[in-house]
Amino acid sequence: MQLFTCPFCGPRPETEFHFGGDAGNARPGAEASATDWTDYLFFRHNRKGVAREIWMHLSCREAFLMERDTVTHAVTATHALGSEA
Amino acid sequence: MTRHYSALSVLKEGMRGQKGWAQAWRSPQPAKRYAVVIIGGGGQGLATAYYLAKTHGVKRIVVIERGWLGGGNTGRNTTAIRSNYYYPESTELYDLSLRLYETLGRDLNYNIMLSQRGMMQIVSSPGEMEMAARQVNAMQLNGVQAELLDRAEVQRRVPIYNYAPDARYPVYGAIFQARAGIARHDAVAWGYARAADALGVDIIQQCEVQGFVVEGGRCVGVQTSRGEIRADRVGMAVAGSSGVMAEKAGFRLPITSYTLQACVSEPVKPIFDTVLVSPMTGAYVSQSDKGEMVIGGGLDRVPSYGQRGNLPQLETVLSGVLEMFPIFRQLRLLRQWGGTVDVTPDSSPIFGESPLPGLYINGGWGTGGFKAIPAGGTLFAHILASGGHHPISAPFDLNRFRTGHLLDEAAGAGIAH
Ligand SMILES: Cc1cc2nc3c(=O)[nH]c(=O)nc-3n(C[C@H](O)[C@H](O)[C@H](O)COP(=O)(O)OP(=O)(O)OC[C@H]3O[C@@H](n4cnc5c(N)ncnc54)[C@H](O)[C@@H]3O)c2cc1C
Ligand SMILES: [Zn+2]
Repeated sequence: MQLFTCPFCGPRPETEFHFGGDAGNARPGAEASATDWTDYLFFRHNRKGVAREIWMHLSCREAFLMERDTVTHAVTATHALGSEA
Repeated sequence: MTRHYSALSVLKEGMRGQKGWAQAWRSPQPAKRYAVVIIGGGGQGLATAYYLAKTHGVKRIVVIERGWLGGGNTGRNTTAIRSNYYYPESTELYDLSLRLYETLGRDLNYNIMLSQRGMMQIVSSPGEMEMAARQVNAMQLNGVQAELLDRAEVQRRVPIYNYAPDARYPVYGAIFQARAGIARHDAVAWGYARAADALGVDIIQQCEVQGFVVEGGRCVGVQTSRGEIRADRVGMAVAGSSGVMAEKAGFRLPITSYTLQACVSEPVKPIFDTVLVSPMTGAYVSQSDKGEMVIGGGLDRVPSYGQRGNLPQLETVLSGVLEMFPIFRQLRLLRQWGGTVDVTPDSSPIFGESPLPGLYINGGWGTGGFKAIPAGGTLFAHILASGGHHPISAPFDLNRFRTGHLLDEAAGAGIAH
């Protein structure tokens, strides 16, 4: 069992977390084109190696940013969400 | 040298000390230029090469594989073959595949050990039983034979299942597709490789595609660890590596790579003669010819390229299996492994030209592309030969994510992926 560190609750089992997609995938405005809208909804970076992702800690319901390696699964940092997402 | 496989050739070769067998496929030096380059020597890539040569008469085809043939998901999968889907578009695709599988051993002159032992999907509540009836009706309307079994019939066919009054997920019945089954995964890859090679296809292993050659906005070849190789058309069938390839080609895909894991028990005598899945426990089981219980389940919940699998998911699947088959409690696990699967938002594959002209995609098979190898190869060969869609592949174009015509087969897939 891997532990992820929620910025609010500390280290918790991976099963308490839910993957929320690429960091920086901002929801487009109401006037967005179909391409921008479907990019946001479906198209992914799906990076191999270092990735910046949004995760949710299901126990406290807080979303946060996690930097981790998608091959080794090593987590390098977790941050509360600021303006960067 | 003996090339054809038959009882007679086994007998003859046996008397000559097994010395006369021809190599199953060559390992040639890659040429500088081909008509078609196929990236990925899994089942999908190898089948595509075979049908390109066989059906479309294309000469000068190369399959480029960075590791060994079938070393990706094709050689890691639990080999369930079925066509019990919900939408007509999916049925066209997967039932074509099942029909092709039914004669594949003969077509390739290679024993793929197809065993049509049927697949049973357990139903655990009255509400689900109504959905099961709907599924069976949909399959029958789509021309695929299916049965709705009641509890007594399930009990008659699979006496070792858990029918205890206090079972966590009681059995109300099951959906049964009699033509479903299993096959030998390596044999499918090797059979296609050998037959493609016999038709002149070059198969290059230990050669990694590292980038694309783009001229005038068009893909005209690939850069590999063994030099540049040019082609009129380039097809990729790289499963879990689709996102990595797409990044090199300069676009994104509606694909996330996850680990799907599986495991096998020690071998025991024949005790269980179908493929059984319980959506409620999230696990499925079949017994291999060697006697091992082949066990699979849902995806690991963490996107990954790790090819190994995490403990919580293994625990979920195994506790599910023990809930389903209390008799397996004493079995020991022999092996566990994982593959990197290419998951789409609607659990359906992607076919067609990519955003980079000249580069074509066969991918997004996620957790279920072994059963689709013969059809995937047939359709992708059509696309690479003609540059346009086959009627069966057209609904699976990448464009569906722009137009909103998704083919949401998550429910039809049996396991909640
Ligand atoms: C544990 C598990 C269980 C499964 N169970 C089932 C099942 O019961 N039924 C079913 O139908 N499906 C199942 N699947 C899914 C099925 O295995 C896959 O959908 C199918 O094998 C995909 O075939 P493919 O040829 O597209 O991919 P692969 O077999 O993965 O082949 C892709 C190949 O591309 C190569 N490659 C990648 N990048 C490069 C590069 N840069 N250069 C050169 N080569 C490259 C890889 O090395 C690999 O060999 C399962 C998968 C797993 C992991
Ligand atoms: Zn928390």
